[in-house]
Amino acid sequence: MRKLLGRALLGALSTIAVSTAGYAATYNLSVDYVTIDTGDMKTKAIGYNGSSPGPTLRLKEGEDAVINVTNNLDETTSIHWHGLILPYQMDGVPGISFTGIEPGETFTYRFPVKQSGTYWFHSHSGFQEPDGAYGSIVIEPEKREPFKFDREYVVVLKDKHPHSGARILRNLKMMPDYYNRNQRTLGDFISDVSENGLGETLSERGDWGSMRMMPTDIEDVQGFVGLINGKSPEQNWTGLFEPNERVRLRFINASAMTYFDVRIPGLEMTVVQADGNNVQPVKVDEFRISVAETYDVIVQPTAEKPYAIMAESMGRSGYAFGSLSPQEGLKAEMPARRMDAPLLTMADMGMDHGSMAGMDHSSMGSGNENGMAGMDHSNMAGMDHSQMGMSKDDPFYAAGSGLTPKAANGGKFLSYADLKAQKPLYPERPATREIELRLTGNMERYTWSINGVKYEDAEPIRLKYGERVRFKFVNETMMSHPMHLHGMWSILDTGNGKWDPVKHTININPGMTVYSETEVDEPGQWAFHCHLSYHMASGMFRKVVVEGGPAVAALENGVQ
Amino acid sequence: MKTLTLAAIGGGVLSTILSFSFTAKADNHIFYGIQMEQFEYRSGDEGENLFVWDGDAFVGTDELKLRWQGEGERDLKNDLYENFENRLVLQTPISDFFDAKAGIRLDTPSTTDRWYGTVGIMGLAPQWFEVDADLFVSETGDGSARLDVEYEGLLTNRLILTPSLELNAAFSDDREIEVGRGFSSAEIGLRLSYDLIDRAVAPYIGVAYERKLGKTADFAKDDGEDYEATYLVTGLRLLF
Repeated sequence: MRKLLGRALLGALSTIAVSTAGYAATYNLSVDYVTIDTGDMKTKAIGYNGSSPGPTLRLKEGEDAVINVTNNLDETTSIHWHGLILPYQMDGVPGISFTGIEPGETFTYRFPVKQSGTYWFHSHSGFQEPDGAYGSIVIEPEKREPFKFDREYVVVLKDKHPHSGARILRNLKMMPDYYNRNQRTLGDFISDVSENGLGETLSERGDWGSMRMMPTDIEDVQGFVGLINGKSPEQNWTGLFEPNERVRLRFINASAMTYFDVRIPGLEMTVVQADGNNVQPVKVDEFRISVAETYDVIVQPTAEKPYAIMAESMGRSGYAFGSLSPQEGLKAEMPARRMDAPLLTMADMGMDHGSMAGMDHSSMGSGNENGMAGMDHSNMAGMDHSQMGMSKDDPFYAAGSGLTPKAANGGKFLSYADLKAQKPLYPERPATREIELRLTGNMERYTWSINGVKYEDAEPIRLKYGERVRFKFVNETMMSHPMHLHGMWSILDTGNGKWDPVKHTININPGMTVYSETEVDEPGQWAFHCHLSYHMASGMFRKVVVEGGPAVAALENGVQ
Repeated sequence: MKTLTLAAIGGGVLSTILSFSFTAKADNHIFYGIQMEQFEYRSGDEGENLFVWDGDAFVGTDELKLRWQGEGERDLKNDLYENFENRLVLQTPISDFFDAKAGIRLDTPSTTDRWYGTVGIMGLAPQWFEVDADLFVSETGDGSARLDVEYEGLLTNRLILTPSLELNAAFSDDREIEVGRGFSSAEIGLRLSYDLIDRAVAPYIGVAYERKLGKTADFAKDDGEDYEATYLVTGLRLLF
């Protein structure tokens, strides 16, 4: 009783503290059944304020956000503010932060806005997010930003599938390759035999067959339409510009399952922000955005002509497309798609001695590099998967990986290694301990797990308030996993010391070990999971409990 | 009557699995699916007309599933069931790629009925062979075994050539159902299917050859029956 009273008092005090810190700004969101119309298909979906994607929520750093969320569905819902640092009861994960928002109920989220940048929000209930429940967040900074721009657009990418999320997972459970229409066929076998001989082809097929894995297993869920701000390629989302203006594009990958390779042919992109945190500017021709990540880039179109925003999926099974245009109704010419789907290699299986990787590497050694550079776009694309093993490969892909990206124009492709924090968020200090998280799964059963244990069977990860924990992600599967820790930042170890970038989502490619460090500075309990919707739902998920630290204020509408 | 008993047992097993699922944590999703590998009209080389099916359905979690497996052969000319077999098994993973299963089987063809207890394994063997291997003990105490192997050859990503093999063996004679000790029958098939609607509906054409073997073939010959047949088949592969 006494404890309860103390807590109530603390809660009241914190409310006062909060209200003196900033001014309250109220936002209203309704969760509705909507229809998504991509031109070719109309699907029943879930959206916010009557549309999917929902609106862009524009918050201001320093204010107290009060967000009233009304559930007009006939099922429980929730909103998670992806990347926002806030009291855990406001984080929006049913079963961890709160119980969810019942049909007809209005839940009021209240939290102080302590950061700026590009983020997003989405439902954390069932498959509402793949079914359309997502929107963007732009937080205006208190201080001047270290880069200039004349106008800005949010560019939200989405893999809209004709099937509902629940149906997709059921299909994957019945038949894991249900949606894989990029499998190797008799024709591929014949062309491989004519290229490499029968013996080598058979032994290569045998290697994959004995593992019962498919080198084409890059996108579990194909058959989607790529959307930019809710518009299909045919519907052509258009952002207007005046020549020579600096245009800031806030890319958000709100997809359920799909990584996109983004380029704007003819324009160099200057990456200035990743996952909401400013980075030292890096000029690139193309970048890969993992599910749930954000990248802000600045482009400066000089010509009075439309430019294409082209986002091809990593497995090349789909794409999103839009235009930057000097005038309404002017559609950019769509660049040729790179139709050669990448293939995983034995390196992606974590086998560094693999015959394929080794062989391709030696046959494609440095001698070919010059010849390669001179090749035109179409030839380059044709060479893609034989280029693996070239020397300047991205260190965040296994050496010889079939997934290593290459820019369409042969230029600079962004790597995690290029990301350096603009201003370190935390002082540098050694981690107090390391926690190993092996990313595990069984594609044939479509079960996904961490350290071989699914969420429902797992104990929470217990962290202590005030420690700096080092997560060691070891990807033992053949798929990339974007791991998202709620509530606290993940400092990605790129080997840049105090300049290591601060992110909310860390992608770990197959066969790779990646480290991130987290200053455990938020009490409460949090979700930690792979952000691929069907991996998360199948068990690649953990609850994180932060023990100790200041008592968590029982905020209004939070845990009573 | 026997169908009723089967349904009753099925209901019992189903309620067991459901209560298991509900006592497990809420995140332990229950999935279900139904599949017809064969759902076809067969036209034989000696004028036989048959309707044949071979399918299964499941409900359950990653850890425990209730599966129905059924196959049958209806002789359309003589209006009788050459074969009518239903199995209910509980199934649980035992390795990365294989499940163990155990349950019951009831055969109710137009001739003689048989109950069986069954154990088996099913899963994916190296090089992508889908394998289902089962042991049966009948109500008369006769043991038998069956091996089903299937391979999907992708001519394209939608045009699929599927060779299949079913091999049956008996450990003792059961004259009443005309099965003799040793390898008793085999069926090989080759079907060319096209995925018309997702993976849900795939029409196919193909050939099937079935033959009784050893003593079982002798029993058939003694009775003046055919012991082998070749069919042209047309049908649908279904997955929902």
